[in-house]
Amino acid sequence: MSEKKIDKTRRNLIAATAALSGAAGAAVAVPFAWSWWPSERAKAAGAPVQADISNLAPGELQVVEWRGKPVWIMRRTKEMLESVKKSDDRVSDPKSEVPLQPEYARNEYRSIKPEVLVLVGICSHLGCSPQTKGADAKAEMGADWTGGFLCPCHGSKFDLAGRVYKGAPAPVNLDVPPHMYLSDNTILIGDDRKGA
Amino acid sequence: MASRLMALWDWFDARMPSVAEEFRKHASEYYAPKNFNFWYFFGALSMIVLVIQIVSGIFLTMNYKPDAALAFGSVEYIMRDVPGGWLIRYIHSTGASAFFVVVYLHMFRGLLYGSYKEPRELIWIFGVLIYLTLMAEAFMGYLLPWGQMSYWGAQVIVNLFATIPFIGPDLAIWIRGDYVVGDATLNRFFALHVIAIPLVLLGLVAAHILALHDVGSNNPDGVEIKKTKGPDGHPLDGIPFHPYYTVKDFAGAVIFMAVFCLVLFFVPEMGGYFLEYNNFIPADPLKTPAHIAPVWYFTPYYSILRAVPPLFNSQFPGVLAMGVATLILFFLPWLDRSPVKSIRYRGALYKGALATFVVTFLVLGYLGTQPVTVWGQAGAWLGHADRATIAARVFTILYFAFFFLMPWYTARDRTLPVPNRVTM
Repeated sequence: MSEKKIDKTRRNLIAATAALSGAAGAAVAVPFAWSWWPSERAKAAGAPVQADISNLAPGELQVVEWRGKPVWIMRRTKEMLESVKKSDDRVSDPKSEVPLQPEYARNEYRSIKPEVLVLVGICSHLGCSPQTKGADAKAEMGADWTGGFLCPCHGSKFDLAGRVYKGAPAPVNLDVPPHMYLSDNTILIGDDRKGA
Repeated sequence: MASRLMALWDWFDARMPSVAEEFRKHASEYYAPKNFNFWYFFGALSMIVLVIQIVSGIFLTMNYKPDAALAFGSVEYIMRDVPGGWLIRYIHSTGASAFFVVVYLHMFRGLLYGSYKEPRELIWIFGVLIYLTLMAEAFMGYLLPWGQMSYWGAQVIVNLFATIPFIGPDLAIWIRGDYVVGDATLNRFFALHVIAIPLVLLGLVAAHILALHDVGSNNPDGVEIKKTKGPDGHPLDGIPFHPYYTVKDFAGAVIFMAVFCLVLFFVPEMGGYFLEYNNFIPADPLKTPAHIAPVWYFTPYYSILRAVPPLFNSQFPGVLAMGVATLILFFLPWLDRSPVKSIRYRGALYKGALATFVVTFLVLGYLGTQPVTVWGQAGAWLGHADRATIAARVFTILYFAFFFLMPWYTARDRTLPVPNRVTM
């Protein structure tokens, strides 16, 4: 402190040592941070799954697990398909312009066969699994409810094609996973061979 | 015998005098204002809860298994088969809620008496860091029982990070260590909950107290007692922390422990607020419970998150609002332009703003525990929106107004003259 003259060489060496030590310290953090990525085992667990829908009655919903997520398969009735058409002006993306579905499901009903809906049952908001609320749930959902899904976490509402209603916290529609029909009543989820 | 003990102490003191020095500095010769009231118990009480959590937590790890297949069962095992296991687990779960009760009251004390104002800004900043760290600790601990609320709560919170533009989705995978919340997530949250975050917490508590003891405590009058010193060099309005406040805090601790034990032995679940009923069901990745809400201490922020509608096909604005709602606390010392510290000498503007803020925080907290449909739907003039959502939006605006308008209303407030000495 009493010395007025500063030894610039020493000071620079100290700064260089500190900078290098800092860089080395940061480099040491890399392997630790690296270890947080999914392990090889976790990556390997994402194989496609088959679902048999021969026993799925009209109006019913079946849940299949794919990559640890619920996948819904719903056989929609004529009235349900009608309600999808009617909700066009109340959903925020009626034409499915946000690419959350393979090209073959980018249509009015967001499905390959109009009556069979295949969706990842995970809310596009923060990842909860929405619940089916039939057209008869008007008391809870409001008089103009025509059936669809309600997310219990933050109250997002979706129609029977997984399209999000305007004003909901969820920003976009529900995902349609890549899928294909192996036969009339067997769906393979997670693979569509031809590609989307 | 007594002289032998004294000789032993002298032997020790000659070799390590810093023990006695630090005791004098932080206790027997730390002069605290003599007019501390009820609100000044909660700092000491939060330290007591911290100790309770560390001790009960250590014993829980002896039987808990951080494995997605075994975790839920090991908690049931602790509750049913481990001798006294139920007691240790209820101490830990009641302690978690008690921690937030005392910390919220402690923070409210700061708002009442302007304890964050110059020269105590650093104490406040360390305090806010403690609060945020505590939130992380509580959130990670809540995943460990691997019940339905654990699972879906973690799913939502981790997905908050996924909404960050560009890096979000990868960041969420990196935090989870899997594409969904799974075994890897549970295992790393366990490590963070039992060792990493408690170490950070202890460091921050030390910094908080050192910073406090360097500038000295505030008091209900907001008077700087160091400005008026006696001939002995000690503040005239100060008394040594030990024995005066150690004894007083001990009395407070006894009452606190009585309340703590009442909850612990009679209502450990607190009607679903301390331990949520859905968490007695094992985690099911395919089914979200019909109604999910975080534990009560997070619900005000959860309400804010729910209240903000998405913009540009992204839910990030809601997450951002929630983040800002917590981070804005850091700026409080600079948002407050009032020349006085204590509520006793502030004018109607600040008193009104603080009262509104308390109501806002409580209403947001209540709404966060309820489904959005709790109050039904509004009429056509509001587009049949859920009434609870509309209310949450109004109160979210009030929450932010308290902070963003603070420079304006604290500067205009008609304050009273502050006395030179404390008034009791």
